[in-house]
Amino acid sequence: MSIFRKAVAEAMSATSDEGATPTRRASMRGVRGLALAAATTLALTACSGGDGGGGDDAGSGDESGGTAIVTANGSEPENPLIPTNTNEVGGARIINSIFSGLVYYKADGTPVNDLAESIETEDSKTFTVKLKEGAKFSDGSPVTASSFVDAWNYGAYGPNAHKSSYYFALIEGYDEVSAEDSTVKELSGLKVIDDQTFTITLSQQAADFPLRLGYSAFYPLPEAAFEDMEAFGENPIGNGPYKLAGEGAWKHDQRIDLVANETYEGPREAKNDGLSFIFYASLDAAYTELQQGQLDVLDQIPDGALTTFEADLGERAVNKPAAIFQDFTIPENLPHFSGEEGRLRRAAISHTIDREKITEAIFQGTRTPAKDFTSPVVPGYSPDIPGNDVLDYDPEKAKELWAQADAISPWDGSFLLAYNSDGPHQAWVDAVTNSLRQTLGIQAEAKPYPTFSQFLDDRTARNVGGAFRSGWQADYPSAMNFLADIHVTGASGNDGDYSNPEFDALIAKAAATEDQDEQQAILKEAQEILFKDLPHVPLWYQNVSGGYSENVANVDFGWDSVPIYDQIEKK
Amino acid sequence: MVWYVGRRLLQMVPVFFGATLLIYAMVFLLPGDPIRALFGERPPPPGVLEQIRAEYNLDKPFIVQYLLYVKGILTLDFGTAFTGRPVVELMANAFPVTIRLALIALAVEAVFGIGFGLIAGLRRGGFFDATVLIVSLIVIAIPIFVIGFVAQFVIGLKLELLPATVGQEESWRQLLLPGIVLGATSFAYVLRLTRNSVADNLSADHVRTATAKGLSRPRVVSVHVLRNSLIPVVTFLGTDLGALMAGAIVTEGIFNVNGVGGTLYQAVIRGQGTTVVSFVTVLVMVYLLASLLVDLLYAVLDPRIRYA
Repeated sequence: MSIFRKAVAEAMSATSDEGATPTRRASMRGVRGLALAAATTLALTACSGGDGGGGDDAGSGDESGGTAIVTANGSEPENPLIPTNTNEVGGARIINSIFSGLVYYKADGTPVNDLAESIETEDSKTFTVKLKEGAKFSDGSPVTASSFVDAWNYGAYGPNAHKSSYYFALIEGYDEVSAEDSTVKELSGLKVIDDQTFTITLSQQAADFPLRLGYSAFYPLPEAAFEDMEAFGENPIGNGPYKLAGEGAWKHDQRIDLVANETYEGPREAKNDGLSFIFYASLDAAYTELQQGQLDVLDQIPDGALTTFEADLGERAVNKPAAIFQDFTIPENLPHFSGEEGRLRRAAISHTIDREKITEAIFQGTRTPAKDFTSPVVPGYSPDIPGNDVLDYDPEKAKELWAQADAISPWDGSFLLAYNSDGPHQAWVDAVTNSLRQTLGIQAEAKPYPTFSQFLDDRTARNVGGAFRSGWQADYPSAMNFLADIHVTGASGNDGDYSNPEFDALIAKAAATEDQDEQQAILKEAQEILFKDLPHVPLWYQNVSGGYSENVANVDFGWDSVPIYDQIEKK
Repeated sequence: MVWYVGRRLLQMVPVFFGATLLIYAMVFLLPGDPIRALFGERPPPPGVLEQIRAEYNLDKPFIVQYLLYVKGILTLDFGTAFTGRPVVELMANAFPVTIRLALIALAVEAVFGIGFGLIAGLRRGGFFDATVLIVSLIVIAIPIFVIGFVAQFVIGLKLELLPATVGQEESWRQLLLPGIVLGATSFAYVLRLTRNSVADNLSADHVRTATAKGLSRPRVVSVHVLRNSLIPVVTFLGTDLGALMAGAIVTEGIFNVNGVGGTLYQAVIRGQGTTVVSFVTVLVMVYLLASLLVDLLYAVLDPRIRYA
């Protein structure tokens, strides 16, 4: 999901200033649909006086339902509600509410066992998972080792073409099972020992593998699911803190209603009676309803309100860094950007960017200037890695470094910075190319692509012919995820073709290190290398900006920028 | 008459196929791989990509894709969106509410546009005429999203006269405010058209004759002036219906209506061929039917026009 989320979060959504229509961001996100909670509709009609109801009646009408249902913004899921086939935020927030896995993440990203009694390993390669007794799906069937193993096998099986299948890539046998015309349906790395125990064997060491198991692709499925997966995706049966409010609770393009699941006994037990995700046609409408108190929780602020939402909502406004790192990539094969000359030029470019000013002026403080290559919300983040002064705005230093590079080989041509113009990128790209022109006196131009998909096509084909914007949203709360997946030689997200054996070795070492502190120390060392090589020029962390109504309390946003719905109390 | 209508309906068949082919080709030619884009920054395993492409026939040559699509349409199967939902279902969700919204807008335009236009035309140069012209000019000049947000804030939030956003039930009452906003710009055009047309007709020979032969003023105005003046107005309203249905994205967004505009916009951005083609085809049909209706109305309005 993260990937897609990222796509959404950065490529499409977030954005703004250049959006021609106020609905752009929302429609790009696929946010649609709508409805008021029944109770609040009562209140509304009464208040508006249309039906002659008194204000007092409305007040009591609000309570008389006797149910504390929290309403939150959502978006129409783009896939059936099956954990392994959901890779975007609209479906994920529902999946995460109705399923629970071996591990879950607390608000600060710390992993805690949920269904797992224990996950043990001796060699960081084979893991033995023991389940807690008595866990049940909402249809009453027990959660067993097979519930996990069968679900994962199904998700990895090539012909099923599930969108999150690559999450199983580390597990032994994945290559065979995930082939397009595979006939092997079971991952050889998964073995059921008994009802409460199974083992996972990886094809390479990954000490932090248990940490990843909180991701939604690793949720279990009940037996009923395999009889008719399509029907299941429409009316899923889960084992999480919530369940669907009956058949047809998912009203396409409008809303989905969840109620607390009484068979769930775990750390995420719901503190409210239910949850309704409303699929708004635009964030503007959602924001209007939030201010009116018809919507309880909103996890994204429309562009038009970015400058005012903190004043509008006061203490009920939320604005803090999220696990989203944004940067631009300077490909290794770009002329003048390799070797010592390249290092000097990369550092010079980084020094010309005034991150503080851009995040304030262009993003109204909804971005936080980057201090490293990860995000402040994941364990392993560090704001004081040696070498990160390359992120400071220092035009003099920039000129000096650029001149040194010119001494090695004189600069010619133009510096291109590519971006997709269907996202909120034009303003900052212009700011960056401007300061490059002014500070370094070189030709620097923005290269817009009309859509995200065209942009991706050229990136994948290595056809951009310049630097390009990029970014990463974490799949699981760990610095490892930010560092390994986009910088390791040949990694799938490494579109700049960065390759440094020293860095690769450190990542491999970190992957095999079980002790968290030790691992983080190694990752910091790895980041020092990145600051020297600057394969990506770090820009800022995207913030989660949201808010909540006066009708709810205890609203907090998790490490993944999604509100922690189960903790919300309705007043 | 029946023969004429039949012929017009028959003409729609080639238009239908031509339109679908053209639109399908345009979506096909859109650069960017929509399936790859479903996965964002990290490329999925190639097997998954191929599998999904095959599922939506995207691995086949253009003409085969198109023929498969047309074959589907003939059995009322409009294909499947990338979400796995049948396009028919998307249409069933989006069209009813958009049609209602467009009808409200059209009614606002017709009733107020023609009404005010008539009064202004009859009292050309007067105070009412001047006021209405200025107001309509302002309405035309202001972008619709400004009108939308202001109307939502003042009428919906402050005065609480009408619901500020459209709820799940999508009732007529909730759609009233967005409908009025949607119809606002065209209302101003209709008003000006009617006013000018009425003013012209007032000095026409047949009106002078009617007055001369002693007909009452109301009868002269309603039968001889207004009826003749409506021809350009009806032409405008007819073509506007299609525009109201497809072009309501902004208004739909402000008032939270899940209609055709938003769905179509999203489908175009995501390169969802079948969805775009199916929606646009329906819109083309709406245009064609509306223009047929307009042509028939000409005969009603002007007895000199006959269809054989």
